[in-house]
Parts: sequence; structure tokens; C-alpha cells
Amino acid sequence: MDRQVHKKISHIDFGVFSPKQIMDLASAKIVTPELYDREGYSVDGGLMDIRLGVIDPGLRCKTCGQKLKECPGHFGYIELARPTIHIKFVRQILDLLKSTCKYCARVLIPENNIKRYLGVFEKVGAEEGFEARRRKIKEVVSKYKLKEKCPHCDKKQEKIKLDKPYNYYETEIRLSPIEVRARLEKIEEEDLAIFGYSKSFRPEWMILTVLQIPPVTMRPSITLESGERSEDDLTHKLGDIVRINQRLFENINAGAPEVIIEDLWDLLQYHVTTFFDNAVSQLPPARHRGGQVLKTLAARIKSKEGRLRHNLAGKRTDFSARTVISPDPFIDLNEVGVPKSMSMNLTVPERVTVWNIEYLKRFVQNGPKKYPGANYIVKPDGKRKSITAETQEEILEELEEGYMVERHLIDGDIALFNRQPSLHRMSMMCHLVKVLPGKTFRLNPAVCNPYNADFDGDEMNLHVPQNEEARAEARILMLVDTQIISPRYGLSVVGCIQDAITGNYLLTKELVLKRSEAIDLLYSCGVDDFSGLPNKEKIDGKEVFSVLLPKDFSYVGKDKSGNDVKIVNGQLKSGYMDKANLGQESGLMLRNVYEKYGPAYTADLLGKISKLGIAVLARRGFSIGISDMDLPLETKNEIKDIIQKSEDEANHFIDNFNSGKLESLPGRSLDETLEVSILGALNRARNKAGDIAMKQVQNSAATTLVRCGARGNPLNIAQMTAIVGQQALRGKRIDHGFTGRTLSYFSKNDLSPKARGFVKNNFKSGLTPSEFFFGAMTGRDALMDTALRTPKSGYLYRRLSNAMQDLKIDYDDTVRDASGKIIQFSYGEDCLDVSKTKNGVIDVTGIIHDVVGGGK
Amino acid sequence: MTLDINKHHLIPKHSKLSDAEKGKFLDSYKIDIKSLPKILIEDPAIVNLKPTAGDVIKIERESKTAGITIYYRAVING
Repeated sequence: MDRQVHKKISHIDFGVFSPKQIMDLASAKIVTPELYDREGYSVDGGLMDIRLGVIDPGLRCKTCGQKLKECPGHFGYIELARPTIHIKFVRQILDLLKSTCKYCARVLIPENNIKRYLGVFEKVGAEEGFEARRRKIKEVVSKYKLKEKCPHCDKKQEKIKLDKPYNYYETEIRLSPIEVRARLEKIEEEDLAIFGYSKSFRPEWMILTVLQIPPVTMRPSITLESGERSEDDLTHKLGDIVRINQRLFENINAGAPEVIIEDLWDLLQYHVTTFFDNAVSQLPPARHRGGQVLKTLAARIKSKEGRLRHNLAGKRTDFSARTVISPDPFIDLNEVGVPKSMSMNLTVPERVTVWNIEYLKRFVQNGPKKYPGANYIVKPDGKRKSITAETQEEILEELEEGYMVERHLIDGDIALFNRQPSLHRMSMMCHLVKVLPGKTFRLNPAVCNPYNADFDGDEMNLHVPQNEEARAEARILMLVDTQIISPRYGLSVVGCIQDAITGNYLLTKELVLKRSEAIDLLYSCGVDDFSGLPNKEKIDGKEVFSVLLPKDFSYVGKDKSGNDVKIVNGQLKSGYMDKANLGQESGLMLRNVYEKYGPAYTADLLGKISKLGIAVLARRGFSIGISDMDLPLETKNEIKDIIQKSEDEANHFIDNFNSGKLESLPGRSLDETLEVSILGALNRARNKAGDIAMKQVQNSAATTLVRCGARGNPLNIAQMTAIVGQQALRGKRIDHGFTGRTLSYFSKNDLSPKARGFVKNNFKSGLTPSEFFFGAMTGRDALMDTALRTPKSGYLYRRLSNAMQDLKIDYDDTVRDASGKIIQFSYGEDCLDVSKTKNGVIDVTGIIHDVVGGGK
Repeated sequence: MTLDINKHHLIPKHSKLSDAEKGKFLDSYKIDIKSLPKILIEDPAIVNLKPTAGDVIKIERESKTAGITIYYRAVING
């Protein structure tokens, strides 16, 4: 369509237009506040003059002859009857007035110093950059502002004051903008350099004699349903300016009294000021008739809703969707379930060719309302046509090569899936679409970990790439399969969770199945080749699991409880499959599979293993209950004894302390010694009791969960069955609340365990009120801690990632930033790509073993 | 008597590159002195090397992952 022009921008100048430039740039001079005549056409010389651009469809621009959307709009100008001060340059004007002589207009710096300073600026600018030069200029200018005598003509200087927002006073006498302008005009070019102004700039331009009128394209009017026109805020403001300006002209020409002219002039100044910035603190903001504040130029750029943060730094995108997520362990790891209603709005453009025309016609035939259909076609000339019941026939007729059909999302389409906060690259991955009924996105629970998602109401976003290049890129670089190994620690970020781990653990540990059961199990997780099963009636769980493994895969590792796990040629010989090998962020088994068999195979295998575990658990049955926490009477008594003994021990320490017999530990005061001793005694008791309890509840379902790492830890079990233990705040026993005691229930200065937060009951037996209260104290403390720490660490991470975002590793292993500065001479000191290592180390023996083969 | 901080176990070994070494070093990385990390001329670890601005200091650090790793810094005036 249009020829590409390659040009490099060497620099950009920011500056102020001179009155002449404004007039040269303008395509119309605005003289009347009227907008439209009686027929509704724009008035020539009005604010909506058609020479300023077109905003109505069908019309052509009078200046450039182009149509709507082609014509960029053109500036106009109005001649102000009296000069007005530009509100955004008030400070600069004040500086200039203060630092120049009232009479000879020279800078209040002695001649020889001017040269010196210019040299200094030049040097600072070259060495430390633009910002430093600016600071230096500010420093010098403010130094000479308050000189009382001009070093050039020896005349006394008056004090200049700014009466905000825009009135200048010289010892109580007001300087009109005309006078101010006259002074600025006299300042010599050489002296301006001291202020940092360039040679092509004149300070008097900061006082407006002509005002530039922005093109209508940046202040379009809206036609309401009633046919009435509603003008943009900027047009309203400009109307005010033009109106007052006309009145001022008339009054001046009629020779009206000075007071009236002054008043009108002030009003003009107010309108021009609010045109630029309607939030000047000393001025009442200009309002609509309804009292709504006008949005003028500054408001368009500023703040979160302004052009920069809203439109330039932040953008919204088409072909994206957001909804609640829910789990579906039966879809593949790299799939995402998309609600059908969404898939009919999210479309994929597909180009019509000889080979797919029949296929695409079927979508068109279905139309936008029947799935899988199509919503639009795009003709080769770029025109879009909506598919409706009326246009359908016609479109089917004309559809030919080169057309595009925007068809509904179907299974297997590529989509990007994302959850905020996007802290690492696995926060946005490519999934394959699977259209499902319902209204939520479905994802395999195994990929929750990289997204840090759960299903308590989390929402996620989906983006559909719109061309082949983007789809290829997403699929090759971002597909879930390719992201399995974390670049942070070189292990798999996805893995089996909870029920899948438990299922595989039980399967490989204790289950023996009938052949038919084994086949049923395997078939349910997507295996249809059963040749791997040994030819016998009773099949061991390990053998069932081994069917999933590749035939030439060997692996030696440890399970969670430290036993050896051995896989020889795709057969699990010993050890149980638990969290240490199947879990996320742990174990080398998945890492090794990934290395040997590649991303797609690993993702597939993980999906199968996960499904197998879930199927095993569903068939075998698994539940936990209160009775899991039961202990035999003798164990209960044993634990009671231990606790009693430790309490006695603690009381003994207290007695010794009270009678002065306690000897302090080295480096600690007597009080501290007591605390440490008591805490030590009580904690020992808790650990001992916990160990005993853990042994006794060996074979309950709850301990199975803990042992295979699916959920919970031994401490949780101990707290439920044996003893909750000492509650601590900031590493100490609870010691505040009332004066000298924690609760009014205890006597003052009671240091005994139960008065200081020792909970000797367990969750099953139930807590006493005071124990419960101590538990609530530590619970609240933990809650506060997390609530306060999360935003802090989030901000810390944000600063870190922003600081490092454009660092890259060069081919010589150096880490450099965008300007080529070296940050590290060898990446991470060891030049290792962690995602290519196993848990951060290179397994040299493993590699040798692989290469040489055989003997150890 | 003042303490020689270079004898402290947490201070890595600092040494100054000779002009020839410096030229070779800058050449090998194809950079000029401005792209290097900086070190202040009055840094206590290098005062006894009597550096001048523009010198390159070689720092040999102990590294957990790579044994000994070498870092370079350009001396600058404060």
C-alpha cells in the first residue's frame, strides 16, 4: 500500500513557536466565536472552520483535500488583542526579569564572569550530561537573581515579585504583560545562553500575542441522538477566548475607558490560562454550565487517565478474554479450556486457499450464531464484511482465494494464557485451546505452580494471536512443554500434586492388581498399548507404573524418606514414587526425562502419570477422619508423662530462679537464662511427644499424605494428635497483655509454662480458653506479618526487575546493559545457563556414564 | 599503626593492570574504559596501589560456584 521510508531520527528539538511561525503554520485565522450557521455548516473563520480539518464523514478537507481519517488536521491561529502570559512559562519569565537589568537589559553578571560560566556549562554538559548542565545553570542563575546593582550600567535594580498565578510586581507596581514583553525583547542573544536558552529562541515568545488553535481533529464534536451537536471542552474554551478577544478589540477601537479594557484583558488572560491548564491552584477552574470542570490541554496529558499513562504506556488489546479459572485434571497439561460462549467471540483469521475453501465455507455457513462458525470475512482490499443471515448467501458466493475468514476459536488453536502478577516468564505461556461448556477457563492443576494460581476465585487472561508468525512464535517459544524446566533452579516447575502424588505412592508401594484392573487403569489415563505389562494375572503396582516409562529410561535417585529409587530400562525396580520424584520443583526424574526425550514427551508423560495417580486413588478410595488421630492409651499416657516431666523441669527452673539458685548461662542475664532454659525444656518435650505420636499413627491415611509429601508435615500431625506446643511471639514466650501477666486469669508474675503460652493439649482433645487465646495471638501475628510483607517484597521485586530488564548475555559471556556497559565479566561467575543444568549443577558423572555407557 | 584491610579475609585481592595488560584487556572485550564498572580512586582497598584515574583494577574474588573469578573495575575520580 504505502512505500516504507527508512529514516533515522537524529534528534528532537523541543521549543516555543514564534508568532511568525504560528501564523505561517496556520491554515486559517479565527475571528468569530460562532461555530455553525443556520444551515448547520461551519462558519468560515469560526472555530470549526473546515480549513482546520474534517471530522464529518464524506467531507473533504479544504486545506489538504483528504477525507476523514486521512487528513491529520491543520492548525489555525487567533490574534490576541493584548499580549497574555503563557501560564506554563511563568517561572522562566520571572527568572529572566529578576536576573536582567531594568534599564540596559543585560544579565546581572559581570562581563568576564559570563564567559567563564559559559565555559563551565559546556564542560559540565560534556562530562556529566544534560541534567547536570541544567542543575549548574539553575545554580548560577539563582546566585545572581538578587543583585542590587547592574554591573554593566551601574543602575539600581528593583525587586521583582510574582503574584501567583501570573502577575508580576516591581516594588508594588504591576508590570503589564506588554511591559514584561518589552523587557524580554531587549535581552541580548549572548546573555540568553547563560540561562541555557538556544540561539534560535526569543524569550518574548513566552508571552503570547497570537494563539495557536488546535485542529478540529483533536477536539471533535459529537452528534447526539437528537441531532444536536455537542462540542469538545477545548472548543468551548477556545470559544470563550475568541469571544472575549473580540470584545476587547471592539472596546479598544471604541476608545473605552482603561478600567474596562483592563478588566477584559484580565478575563482574556484567565481564559488563555485555563485553556492550557485548568488546575492552576490560585484560579477557580473553568466549568461547564452544569458545574462540571472543563478538561483542557494539561488534563489531557497528565495523571493516570492522561495520554501518557493511559494511552501510551498502557494499551488494551482485542482478541483477549478474562474469567475465573477452575481445575480440570482430564485436559492435557498444555491445554486450556475455553468457554464456548467466549470461543464464538474470539476469532482467528484464516486465509482462503484452493485447499481449504470448502473447509472455511463450512464456518461461513454456520454464521456467527452457530458454533463453529465465523463472524467476519475480510476482502483482499481490506474491507470487512459482517456475516449475518442476510449477507451469508452472498458471501458464500463471492468467497475466493485471498479472502480471510474470521472463524470461531476451535480445538487446537493457539492462545497465550497469563496470570498477574507476571513475575517470571512462566507467568505467560502458550496453551492449546479446548472449547468446553461452562463459563470458566479450565486448566490442568499441575500448571498452577508456574502461574502461582489457585481456584479460590482467581481470574486469568487469554490472548489469541492473529497471524501465522505470532502463532509460530508462541508455539515454539512459549508452549507449556517448553517451559517445564525453570531457568531459576534447573528443575521441573510442574509436577504431580496432592491426589496424583498420593495415588502413585500407593500404587508403587502396596497395590497388587488383577490384570483386568491394571488394563482398565492404564486405559483411563490414555495408554492403549499394554504390551509393557508382564504376562501374568497378578500385577504389581510398580509394573503398572513402569508401563508409562520409556523403555530405555534408567534412573537412580532417592525418595522422600531417603530410600533408593531405581529405574532400570523403563522398569521401576525399587523405591516408591512420591513428591521427591514426581513433585513440582523437586527431583531429577522429570528433569532427566526432559533432557533425554524432549519437551513434548515430558509433558505427555507427566499428564499420564498425573492421571494414573488420580485414577488409582479414585478406584482404591482414600479418606481421612478424626480416628486417624487416635492414639492407644499407653501412648497417650507416655506423652502425658513427657509433658508433665518437662513442666516440672520448667517449674524447677522457676523455683531456682525465685530462690536465687539459678546460675546464669555465659553471656546472658538471669532472666534470659530462665527463659532459654524453660523454652528449651518445653520444646524438647514437644519434639519427643511428636515423634512418639508420629510412630503410633503409622498407617493412617493422614500419615500417608504426610509421608508421600502430598500435603502436610509431621508437625501438623503432632499438633493434632499429641501436643500443640509453646506459642511464641518474636521468638519469645508470650509475655505481654496486662501488667505482669498475660491474662487476668493468671496471677501476677506467674512464669509457669501455662501462663506464658504453653499449649499442652492437642487439637483433637481441644484447647482450654487461655490456650486458645494464646493460639489466636500467634495466629494474628502471623497474619499481620504476611499481610505487611507481601506488598513490600512485591515492590522490591518490581524495582529489581526494572533495574535489570535490559541486561543481556553477550557471546563472550559478559553481561552488558543496553548501552554496552559491562555488568559482569562472566555470567553468574560460572557462565552456566541454569535451565540447562540439573538443579544448578552439571552432572559430570552422569554425562560420562551416558557417553561411555555401561560400567560404573 | 593502621590496619591493612587487604589482609582481611573478606577483601579480595586487588591489583593494577600495567598499560600493556590494560590495552590487551580492553581489546579482548572490545570495549573502552567507560563501559567498565567503576571504583573510586580513594577506595581503601586500592589506595596502596597508587592508582590514577583511568587505571584498570583487577579483582580476584573467591566464588562459591566457580572457584576464583576475575572482575575488573576502572578507577575514577570522586
